[in-house]
Amino acid sequence: MSLIPLDPAIRALGRAVVAYPSVTQPLMGCRVRAGFPSPADDHLDVEIDLHAHVVRRPASTYFVRAEGDSMLGDGIHHGDLLVVDRSLEPLPGRVIVVAVDGEPTVKRLECRQERTCLVASNPRFAPIPLEGRECQVWGVVTHVVHELPGIAS
Amino acid sequence: MIALVDCNNFYVSCERVFAPRLEGLPVGVLSNNDGCVVARSQELKALGVAMGAPMHLLPPAIRRHAVLLSSNYALYGDMSRRVNAILAEFSPDVEVYSIDESFVSFVGFDASTLEARGQRLREMVCRDTGLPVCVGLAPTRVLAKVANRAAKTIAAYAGVCRLDADDPATRALLQRLPVAALWGVARRTSERLALMGIDTAWQLREADSKLIRRTFSVVLERIVWELRGHSAIVLEDMSEPRQRIMVSRSFGRLTGERHELEAAVRQHAARAGEKLRRQRHLARAVMVMVRTNPFVAGEAQYRNSVVVPLVRPSDDSRELLAVARRGLSAIFRDGYRYQKCGVMLLDLVDAQHRQLTLYDAAQSEAENDRSQRLMAAVDRLNREMGRDTVRFCLPRDNSAWALRCERRSSRYTTRWDELMKVKTR
Repeated sequence: MSLIPLDPAIRALGRAVVAYPSVTQPLMGCRVRAGFPSPADDHLDVEIDLHAHVVRRPASTYFVRAEGDSMLGDGIHHGDLLVVDRSLEPLPGRVIVVAVDGEPTVKRLECRQERTCLVASNPRFAPIPLEGRECQVWGVVTHVVHELPGIAS
Repeated sequence: MIALVDCNNFYVSCERVFAPRLEGLPVGVLSNNDGCVVARSQELKALGVAMGAPMHLLPPAIRRHAVLLSSNYALYGDMSRRVNAILAEFSPDVEVYSIDESFVSFVGFDASTLEARGQRLREMVCRDTGLPVCVGLAPTRVLAKVANRAAKTIAAYAGVCRLDADDPATRALLQRLPVAALWGVARRTSERLALMGIDTAWQLREADSKLIRRTFSVVLERIVWELRGHSAIVLEDMSEPRQRIMVSRSFGRLTGERHELEAAVRQHAARAGEKLRRQRHLARAVMVMVRTNPFVAGEAQYRNSVVVPLVRPSDDSRELLAVARRGLSAIFRDGYRYQKCGVMLLDLVDAQHRQLTLYDAAQSEAENDRSQRLMAAVDRLNREMGRDTVRFCLPRDNSAWALRCERRSSRYTTRWDELMKVKTR
């Protein structure tokens, strides 16, 4: 592990957490407050930030608009706002945005009989096996923003 | 070591992220209003469409076959901002060089990990933004630029090329590289170098640096040192007049005052305008950047940038200042102490080109003439009476003009009503 040349005011404090097993990260100097935490810290609340709660990783998070009703079973209505994080892994069970034959589509990823399929929550649509298809996973849907009736002006 | 990270066919790649059907098709991005090709996909390049070609002069077959889009600067600016946010996770020292290129300093990092870091960086940018990037690693900026080119053009590098100064591979690459292809070497310079028997980058590296300075310039001497692996270049030395103009400066001390940033952006935009007129170019868009000092521990960190298109290619400082101010007000946040701000003029075009745009711009010939005479007078006063003798304060409001961009794709990441649509079927 190497050290970057540090500002003399900053002391290296110890081993940094290695974020990626194959690559070591250089040790970044930072100040850590020592001593007992103040009991007042428990009451030091700031405004709840819904955006920060929903958008975990701003650089990789995109908002998209759902069209159609075939994902109702997963709580996605026509016109809903979807929060998509491209940095998440498309694991079975997750709802993903995927380009099928060049068209952005939202589907749930599932394993059926050891084959990975794109599944709609509407039984009228048959599962699409991924094998032999032009498919490009775009991102993982993390949240749905659905506006209830009577709100839109 | 320093890395140059460069997005491949940046504008076209941004369009393809949100319209996957464009993958594999010939795609071109047009400048707004004047309709010249400013970016091309590989497929469009293969059809023989040149950079800067006016759309109305393209053969009808190509116009039918190719997808030609107006430039979507809101989208490109946002994607560029995302890429730089990811780069900042790899090193605190990221220097934006252009809308699609940044230098990432790896000084002090364990040299044996750098290729892995480069690969990881490339995968992460691709995963998070969908944009393909290439990484050139080298001890100096000039060599990093060469390495980046190799990463892009030689498949075996898989997008990441590392060049060490005294490596046989570096030597082989430089021996094959024409000196004119080097970053910062103008064509006229390369012709004069050829007269001295210097045709390749390697021959320039081996040349007598003192002689190079006497015959050419300090900047070219620095390039010689950089080729030998010694850092000598300041980024400001190396603006590429054909593509973009960058003016940026660090504040003497950190400041959180809005008016100080406004004053700095105004000054940078005015200076950029002077440079633009001196080299007889017009700009099509303006990028504004701000950042805090990443090396101050415990300080709240913020960096952002935005691209604002001009209603038509322009070299009028008043217009440049107006859009630069609009850009700054969009990205300025209270509560941070800023270290640096910058103004970059993008997608430059020859000033003679102005004639072509007259027919559709809402500006009469008389107005245009007045603008040119005014700017010439300002430049002369500042040249003869000293810098900042005449300054711009109140940019004229140009909101009355409408930007013509009927072929523009949706502003997928910056407008609620233009988000990408995903089918549930």
